[in-house]
Amino acid sequence: MHEELKNIWKNFFNWVLGNGPRPENEVIPPDPPPDLPFTQKPQDKYSRFHEATIKERYEQWLEIHGLHIFSILYSGLSILTCVVIVCLLLATVAELPPFGHERNPANNEVIRRYVEHGGHETGAQNIVAGLILDYRAFDTFGESAVLFTAAVSVLMILGASRRNKLNKSPSLKSETTSRNFLQRGPPSLDEPILRGVASLSIPAILMMGCVVVINGHLTPGGGFSGGAILSTALILASNAYGPERVHEFYNERTFIVSSSTALMIYALSKGYSFFTGANHFHSIIPKGTIGNIFSAGLILPLNICVGLIVAGTLYTFYSLFSKGDL
Amino acid sequence: MLGKLFLNHYEAVAVILFGIGMTNLLLQRNLIKKIIGLNIMDTAVYLFLAAKGFVEGRAAPILISNGSGGWLNSSDLYVNPVPAGLVLTGIVVSVSVTAFSLALALKLYEYYGTLNIDEALMKMTEEQVELETTIEKAEEDVLAS
Repeated sequence: MHEELKNIWKNFFNWVLGNGPRPENEVIPPDPPPDLPFTQKPQDKYSRFHEATIKERYEQWLEIHGLHIFSILYSGLSILTCVVIVCLLLATVAELPPFGHERNPANNEVIRRYVEHGGHETGAQNIVAGLILDYRAFDTFGESAVLFTAAVSVLMILGASRRNKLNKSPSLKSETTSRNFLQRGPPSLDEPILRGVASLSIPAILMMGCVVVINGHLTPGGGFSGGAILSTALILASNAYGPERVHEFYNERTFIVSSSTALMIYALSKGYSFFTGANHFHSIIPKGTIGNIFSAGLILPLNICVGLIVAGTLYTFYSLFSKGDL
Repeated sequence: MLGKLFLNHYEAVAVILFGIGMTNLLLQRNLIKKIIGLNIMDTAVYLFLAAKGFVEGRAAPILISNGSGGWLNSSDLYVNPVPAGLVLTGIVVSVSVTAFSLALALKLYEYYGTLNIDEALMKMTEEQVELETTIEKAEEDVLAS
């Protein structure tokens, strides 16, 4: 009995290692002719499958099916993760106080303070403008700096290789200026409908943008939304009249100079305002009366600064992504 | 729970949108689609913040004139102004991140000729192996001479 068990175990061990007895009718493939290319060589390993060890078989199986199984596992696990996260968040949402109720904990004394004293403390009729450009002005300064940094990084990433090419071979210049990432070719020079509509709407869009920026402390809007409107006028001009025409008055140098100047004015004026406010000094900035266009202290110039940065940044993004240069 | 979810349906939709964006971010192999997923997640957060700031029956936080030169500044009249400022911050950061990642994706496409992240990674690995073999060869040549 003991011997039989040992025998069975030995046979099994041999089978696992691939040293088992060969079947009677096994056909051993002849050696391949040496001049066959690699892909056509019959492989010994695969023809004598029962001789391969478990480890080899596993590796072979992994090579064939591994990627497929991994992708199934990956998709399944990621869907599971997302479903679990959404379920947890939904359970949390169900415990939140009811939507739009005035006794919600979010409507606490901070809001009362902003609404009741914001008017005469900042001089702004638009409480949100007073909030983001007076109480929390350094936060908005950080936002403008983030936008400017993003624009400069995109300018570096997309503009650098181009500039090197231009410097190395000036003959490439004409070819690369018309080069287009979207493969549209240079904009056609006779598009009467587009040009007519553009010549009618660009002044209106510019005026609208200026109104939104300048009335930022009185009505909804402000530097960010107004700047976005102004940038659409630039983009429309670039599409209708060709980027070269826009390049004449708005290029890389204009963008860098105007944005840095706006950021510097923002930082210095708001720094002065915070310094005098924190130390209880007398500030020379007048508050004005609520509701007038010249009121609310620094909010109007700060809105203009932010509008300049946003308009420049968005046009820079468009220009860099469409033709790879500003 | 469903009844409570219906009371907070804006927040519930925002959470589901967040999940859709996150699934997109994890499952898509195309970089541009991944960035779109990230943007969907951003939008879900804005919706959530805006929904949290709303109060039934109140006006937008812009002071209303009382008709005799003064301004109505009772806090019972206006919705919460803080989420508006927070959403503004979110939009700016999301625009910056989107533009930066799109620029990187464009560079990747120019270099590897594909936007599929798996193919790009494979080409990256091949390049690495090639580089290592050339370095080994050069070292062997130096040692032999």
